[in-house]
Amino acid sequence: MLIPYREALNQAMREEMRRDDRIFLIGEEVGHYQGAFKVSKGFVEEFGSQRVLDTPITEAGFTGLAIGAAIAGLHPIVELMTFNFGILALDQIVNNAAKIRYMSGGQLSVPIVIRGPGSAAHQLGAQHSQSLEAWFCHVPGLKVIAPATPHDAKGLLKSAVRDQNPVIFIEAQLLYGTKGEVQEGEYTIPIGQAEVKRQGKDVTIVAYSKMLLLALEVAELLAREGIEAEVVDPRTLKPLDLATITGSVKKTGRLVIVEEGWRFAGLGAQIAESVYAEAFDYLDAPIVRVTGADVPMPYARPLEDAAIPDREGVLAAVRQLIKGGH
Amino acid sequence: MDREDLFTLYRRMLLIRRFEERSAEMYALAKIAGFLHLYIGEEAIAVGAIAAIRADDYVISAYRDHGHCLAKGSDPSQVMAELFGKATGLCKGKGGSMHLVDAKRNFMGGYAIVGGHLPLATGLAFAVKYQKRDQLVLCFFGEGAVPSGQAHEAFNLAALWKLPVIFVCENNRYAMGTPITRGIALYSDLAGKVRAHGIQAETVDGMDVLAVRTLMKTVVRKVRAEPQPYFVEATTYRFMGHSMADPAHGHYRTKEEVEEERGRDPLVLLRQTIMNQGLGTEADFKRLEREMSEIVAAAVKFADESPFPARTALEKDVYSE
Repeated sequence: MLIPYREALNQAMREEMRRDDRIFLIGEEVGHYQGAFKVSKGFVEEFGSQRVLDTPITEAGFTGLAIGAAIAGLHPIVELMTFNFGILALDQIVNNAAKIRYMSGGQLSVPIVIRGPGSAAHQLGAQHSQSLEAWFCHVPGLKVIAPATPHDAKGLLKSAVRDQNPVIFIEAQLLYGTKGEVQEGEYTIPIGQAEVKRQGKDVTIVAYSKMLLLALEVAELLAREGIEAEVVDPRTLKPLDLATITGSVKKTGRLVIVEEGWRFAGLGAQIAESVYAEAFDYLDAPIVRVTGADVPMPYARPLEDAAIPDREGVLAAVRQLIKGGH
Repeated sequence: MDREDLFTLYRRMLLIRRFEERSAEMYALAKIAGFLHLYIGEEAIAVGAIAAIRADDYVISAYRDHGHCLAKGSDPSQVMAELFGKATGLCKGKGGSMHLVDAKRNFMGGYAIVGGHLPLATGLAFAVKYQKRDQLVLCFFGEGAVPSGQAHEAFNLAALWKLPVIFVCENNRYAMGTPITRGIALYSDLAGKVRAHGIQAETVDGMDVLAVRTLMKTVVRKVRAEPQPYFVEATTYRFMGHSMADPAHGHYRTKEEVEEERGRDPLVLLRQTIMNQGLGTEADFKRLEREMSEIVAAAVKFADESPFPARTALEKDVYSE
């Protein structure tokens, strides 16, 4: 069935909440308003306000509350209206959710999903347009997922909810309305499995979340020039499926990594380092990164466009890589 | 007053006192490292409050957590081994002094970011209410946490959703080296600050274990009967520095002040009560002293003789399988 990304998330949570009443949804506007982006449409009607909890605008408080509920045996899903506001909950996520299992010597677990949109939408300004996945990926104890398609979003969210660890699940405002085929019936997608979204032999493009759609678009344009790009979506950013990425690089000999986040210490830097360590001898050219600009997101449309990877930028990077190679 | 009952309370406080004194010695001998925050002077609060709850109720604490952990019934040997960083410690040596956890006793941990565990406490209480159980949560913290944002977010949620959590504020008047008078507006009325959230609040003499327990029993009865948060300010004084890195007096408080406060030692006060009532003799206290020093000596011996965690433990327990 062809459904939007937000509906895939809705189905995933609905199916899981029907399956297990330890699961509850908590966050700003998730209940009566049905979610700032309507992801939890119909949830209060089905599950009641005991399991779908509207909170005050206190991210540290309600995220901490959810973590406390998780160590007592519940399975919370925390919706952050956006991950920008998750910065207010970073103490809870980094100091408590990520560390409680280790600090307790394995006595306690924190089965919690913290989800919501990351990255830029359109002209929302510097405080509402951030791609912070690298921050979370840096922290031992967290898993990080950033699905691009409705199919992956549904299957991975179900896996995240069933996981016994804290999972950061990053969506995107500009993906909520995008449609895709989702398989009928029950399915999950394992955490930590990348997928080759397009086969190719000349160059590998690694991209996730919104940037995957851009990479696929660019790959079609490149095909007209006779360049066959293989597009790999890690889907899970931590733990990273390095084997699938290096497998592709060993075939193509070239790698472009596209990410919307800031360049310095961005996720692509880690992916590049890992690929260099594992597959250096297979590379015909240095790895190229296409990233967001190292600036707070500007409001003005032309400046915002310039701060985010676009079609021309990725095309140019690939052409340069091919031309400069063998 | 019941003799057995009074001696039980005294015994628990004495265990903590002697445990903490030996911990300080072990720190001096470099058997214990890192930060070590001693509970000496504040024993009546953990012992009095935990004596008012059930074994299946939850307790959660901050970084000065040895007393609460022991009062909840944890094995002193396992606690000492954790302070030593040994594989036989409560947390296999991965937590340390500030992060004791004893899950099977529902001691849900010591947390070392000031104010950060108050939301966790409301979450434990949320889980209890969600599952329609009748446990409650005791959350201990110092007065230094009271002005923090996370504390007020937790107070608001606990009051909003009527969660069964009792916030026990151990007001020892110093947030590390900053006196309460320089750190908290309305410092003389912490209970009043929290009442503003719609939470009932009381103040009690935290040096008087019987007063603490009496108040806590009343509070526990109310919270058990009708889930709601409660705030109890227990006034106290830590006889030692903030941590072992900090002298008992000098920079921010005078020797005279510390000595004066030591005159209200919670152990001495209970001992006087027992003696005044004619319920105990010198011999009783001597026997208890001997018993506690044996327990603590055994704990030190156990910790000392236990192995450090193997190198292979490093990457275990980061994730649940």
